[in-house]
Amino acid sequence: MNGAHDMGGVHGFGPVVPEVDEPYFHAGWERNVLGLVLALGVGGKWNIDMSRHARENRPPGEYLSLSYYEIWLAGLERLLEERGLPTRVLTAEEVPGVLARGGPANREPTRDARFAVGDAVRTLNLNPHGHTRLPRYARDKVGVVERVHGFHVFPDVNATGAGEDPQWLYLVRFTGTELWGPDGDPTSSVSIDAFEPYLEPA
Amino acid sequence: MTHSDLSDVQIRVRALESALVSGGHVDPAALDALVETYEHQVGPHLGARVVARAWVDDDYRARLADDATAAIAELGISGRQGEHMVAVFNTPEVHNLVVCTLCSCYPWSVLGLPPVWYKSAPYRSRAVSEPRAVLADFGVTLGEDVSVRVWDSTAEVRYLVVPMRPPGTEARSEDELAALVTRDSMIGVGVL
Repeated sequence: MNGAHDMGGVHGFGPVVPEVDEPYFHAGWERNVLGLVLALGVGGKWNIDMSRHARENRPPGEYLSLSYYEIWLAGLERLLEERGLPTRVLTAEEVPGVLARGGPANREPTRDARFAVGDAVRTLNLNPHGHTRLPRYARDKVGVVERVHGFHVFPDVNATGAGEDPQWLYLVRFTGTELWGPDGDPTSSVSIDAFEPYLEPA
Repeated sequence: MTHSDLSDVQIRVRALESALVSGGHVDPAALDALVETYEHQVGPHLGARVVARAWVDDDYRARLADDATAAIAELGISGRQGEHMVAVFNTPEVHNLVVCTLCSCYPWSVLGLPPVWYKSAPYRSRAVSEPRAVLADFGVTLGEDVSVRVWDSTAEVRYLVVPMRPPGTEARSEDELAALVTRDSMIGVGVL
């Protein structure tokens, strides 16, 4: 979706302001939100792509008015309302193993990759209402495949609950001027990780 | 603290957590274990060990470049938001900078939880379009002859910047070298 979360290239947010000796949490409730999101995230009712969509799918003014953990809280409340209570309760004993394993997104390939390292590709001009991981600034742009990451769960479909629909995932590099025209930095480049359905031969 | 001193968000979180706990839908001991892990165990000291090893061991550096997930696992480091790692190496000609413009993807397994600025609109909006200006916000100025490579973490691959080893550190031990490595240098907004 073309939401406020898709921030690459947006003007007007001002300078980055790092905080010296920043603590991990700025209020006690942020700890609780982190714990709840991680515990319920392995509860069997939703996946990471549904979580991301639940956070980003809100009016731009609302998204921009919330702090980061407030967005996590709002997303969690929506998931509980829409998807229901967990079917699996994480125990303290399971925490080290669950965190060490994480949630790998790679799957056994069921077909050959369409593109290879060195191929020139153009990103499609896609504007879905649903979840996507193709940022707006990198649509309809020509780049070069620099790495084939593997065959990964496709967020655009996984976020809907219709299955993982794994796809080949590529590192695609664009020049600063391809992305930003004469206002771009000709000595910089930007890479994204792009799923095969985002790409066509250039 | 009286009840009226609680903010709206505190009240929401407290109500949600107590309802989930009393209903048996979350284990409070698991919540404590999760938070304790990320507040006290997982942090940039882990990434620093990877960087220091890469500085002192050319074979390790080559394995890190070839398959960072496996090379990092050699040091006993793995986990959530680090399942698919790629290491990118700063050189005198190339400086690397990591961002997630769409949310806050960050290599938790080697750097811990991200700082607020990494998740903020100023960083997410500008890192891809004006990386040198963002570096200036951190007091970093690169020469005109240094190109900037920005890595936008748009899938489940996570990027670790391996900064250049500071000059004059030839006699330092691996542990001493690890102590020199900052979180910011492994995101690419700092240099050593």
